[in-house]
Amino acid sequence: MDLLRFITAGSVDDGKSTLIGRLLYDSKNILIDQLEQLEKSTKNRADGEIDLALLTDGLRAEREQGITIDVAYRYFTTPKRKFIIADAPGHVQYTRNMITGASNANLIIILIDARLGVIEQTRRHSIIASLLKIPHVVVAINKMDLVGYSQDLYNNIVIDYADVAKSLGLKDITYIPISALNGDNIVDKSEKINWYDGKALLQHLEEVEVNTDVNLNNSRFQVQYVIRPQTEELHDYRGYAGKVISGIYKTGDKVTVLPAGIETSISKLEVGGKEVEEVFAPQSVTIQLADDIDISRGDSIVKSTDIPQTNNEVEVLMCWLDDKPLQTGNKYYLQHNSRLVRSVVRNIEYKLDVNTLQKEAVEGNVKLNEVVKATIKTASPLVFDSYQHISGNGSAILVDETSNSTVAAVLFAPNP
Amino acid sequence: MSQYRLNYLEQLEAESIHIFREVAAQFERPALLFSGGKDSITMVHLAKKAFAPGKIPFPLVHIDTGHNFPEALEFRDWLANEVGATLIARKVEDTIKQRNLTEPKGKFPSRNWLQTYTLLDTIEEFKFDCCIGGARRDEEKARAKERIFSVRDEFGQWNPKLQRPELWNIYNGRIHKGENVRVFPISNWTELDIWNYIRAEKIDLPSIYFAHEREVVEHEGQLVAMSEYVRLDADDVVIKKQVRYRTVGDMTCTAAVESTASTLDDVINEIISTKISERGETRIDDKVTEAAMEDRKKNGYF
Repeated sequence: MDLLRFITAGSVDDGKSTLIGRLLYDSKNILIDQLEQLEKSTKNRADGEIDLALLTDGLRAEREQGITIDVAYRYFTTPKRKFIIADAPGHVQYTRNMITGASNANLIIILIDARLGVIEQTRRHSIIASLLKIPHVVVAINKMDLVGYSQDLYNNIVIDYADVAKSLGLKDITYIPISALNGDNIVDKSEKINWYDGKALLQHLEEVEVNTDVNLNNSRFQVQYVIRPQTEELHDYRGYAGKVISGIYKTGDKVTVLPAGIETSISKLEVGGKEVEEVFAPQSVTIQLADDIDISRGDSIVKSTDIPQTNNEVEVLMCWLDDKPLQTGNKYYLQHNSRLVRSVVRNIEYKLDVNTLQKEAVEGNVKLNEVVKATIKTASPLVFDSYQHISGNGSAILVDETSNSTVAAVLFAPNP
Repeated sequence: MSQYRLNYLEQLEAESIHIFREVAAQFERPALLFSGGKDSITMVHLAKKAFAPGKIPFPLVHIDTGHNFPEALEFRDWLANEVGATLIARKVEDTIKQRNLTEPKGKFPSRNWLQTYTLLDTIEEFKFDCCIGGARRDEEKARAKERIFSVRDEFGQWNPKLQRPELWNIYNGRIHKGENVRVFPISNWTELDIWNYIRAEKIDLPSIYFAHEREVVEHEGQLVAMSEYVRLDADDVVIKKQVRYRTVGDMTCTAAVESTASTLDDVINEIISTKISERGETRIDDKVTEAAMEDRKKNGYF
C-alpha cells in the first residue's frame, strides 16, 4: 500500500467540500460520531438536508461565517492506498493557501462547474498547478446532474480545457464527469453517465502511478543535523543526518561536499540506525564519509558525477504570502530546506497575472498573493537545481527577519 | 524499480524522522511531551531512530495529572530508561497547590484542562523553546488545520488565523523570545497508521491497550474505570468487564471499550471494523461542546 497526496482546487460554489465529503462518506471513512455531529450541525440549517460540505468545515470561526480560512488536511484509506487531501479554498485572494496546499501534492483535482465551463478560476488553478509542477491533473466536471448529464456539453468543456492545458504544458490530464452531490462517478461508475468509459474518480485516485514521480536519477542530499554521540564506543562517529531529496546513494559512491567542493566517498549508510547498502528518495538517512571534513547543517552531499549549481545569485519566481508587502532593499532569511542564509530581493522584472499568465509591470511593492519574477542575492552560496528539474532542491521560503513570518514561496531558476 | 519504493508507513516514518531532526537542529531547548499513550510511545521510537546511534537529544516531559493509570506510569519509567532519555515529570497536583487552582467538580473530575497550567509552568521553568507533541490531524477538526510547526505566543496560545504558511518540507521555527513552537511530527498519521506501525516495528505498549478485566462504571454509554477519583452516585453499579483502551489519558476522562482483543492483530482488526472515531469513543471531555478542542488549543493546550 502506498500514499497519494492530492489537493482539491475550487470554491464552495463548485462543490469542492461536497466532493471531499462524498469521497469520505462513500468510501466509508466517516464514522458514526462524526455523522452524528454532522446531523447536529445540519439541524441548525434552514434546508434540513445533510450537507456533506459541513464535514470539511473546521473551525467555529469558519462555520459562523460559512468560509474556509486555511488549508485543512483530511485522511482516508482504501484497501489500495492511503490518501492525504489538502483542502484549500480557491478564491483569488487565496493563491497563498493554494500554493501551500499544492506544494506537497502528487495530484490536483480541478473542479469545473458544468454549467459554467472553463472560467477564470479554472485557469488560475491550472496555472498554479503548472508553476508547482504537480505531476497529475484530474479535471472533474461537476454538477453533471444540473445539465441533464449532457455528453455534448462535457465534450465541449474537455476541448476548451485541453487548450488551457496545452498552453501551460500540463501533462497527464484525466477528465471525469461527476456529480458530487449525487455521488455520480465518485466511488462507483454512474449509470446515468453511461457514455463515459473512463474510471470513477476514486478508482483513478487509487490507480494513478505516483512512484515514477520520484526522481531517482539525480542524487541530492542536504545535511540536516550532525550526529556525534561522543561516547566511548562511538568516539569517532560522525553521521550526517538528512533526507534524500532525490536519487540514490550507495556505499562507496564518490561524492562531493558543496559548497566547499571537497571530494570524498561514502563509507557507511544507515536508516533508523540500521546499516544498509543503498538509500533513495525520500528516505531519511544517515551518511558517513571516508574523510574527516568540516561539514555542517545546510551543506549538500552529491554524487561527483552530477553536480548542481552553486551560486549566490539566483533567478526566481516568487509568490508573496504575507500581508506586509515586500520591502525592496530589506534583508530576508532565505531557507532552502535546512540551509538558512541572509538574502535580498533584486531586479523585480515583472508580475505574473495568475489568471492569464500575462507579464505585467510591477508598480510599488510586491503584495500578498502576487507572483513575480526576480533575482535573489544571498550572503553565502546556495547549492540548488531549477525547480523544474528537481523541485525538492529548487524551492525555498523567505522569512521576515523581524516578524519571523514565512513571507514568500520561492521557485529557483524558473526558466532553465 | 520496485526496490526503490517506500510503502506508506515507510513514507510517514521518513517524514516524521525529518521533522524530529529539524527540531533538534533549529531549537536550543526542545522537549518531547510524553503522555504515556501509544502516540507518544511511537514518537519516542521515531526519535530514537532519527538520532541513532546517538541518544535522543531532548528530554521527555510528562505532565502528570495524578489521575494516570499506574500501568502507564510504570511503562513511562521503563521506556525512558530503555532509550536512555532524561525524564522530567511535573505534577498538576503541585500546580493546583502553588497556584491555588480550583479542582474540577463533577462525577468524573478531569484535570485535563488544568494540565495547561502545569505545562506552561514547566516550559517557563526549563525555558523550552519547542515542545514536541503527538497530536494527529485525523483526531479532530481543529487539529486538521494546524501546522506541523505551530507557533505559540508567550501565553501558549494558538492563533488559527495567523499561522505561517508551511510549504514543501521546509519548516520555519524562528521565534521571538518568550514564544515557543509546538511541533507535531505525526500530524499526517491516522490511528490505524499508528497501530500498523506499532505492529510492523514491534513496539512495546502498556498492558492496558489490550483486553483485561477491570471494574468499570457505565456512564452515558461509556465505560469509565473505577478508581479513587470517580465520585459514585447511589444508583451507579460497578461491574467487571473485559475491556481495553484505545487512548490512554486520565483515568477520569478516558473511557474503555469492551473488547477481547489481546494481541496487536486483534486490536487492529477491531479498529478496522469499528465505526466510531477514537476521540468520540474514548474522550469524555471532547463532547462538551463541538468547539472544545479549538478553545483549548487557543488557550495553550497541546
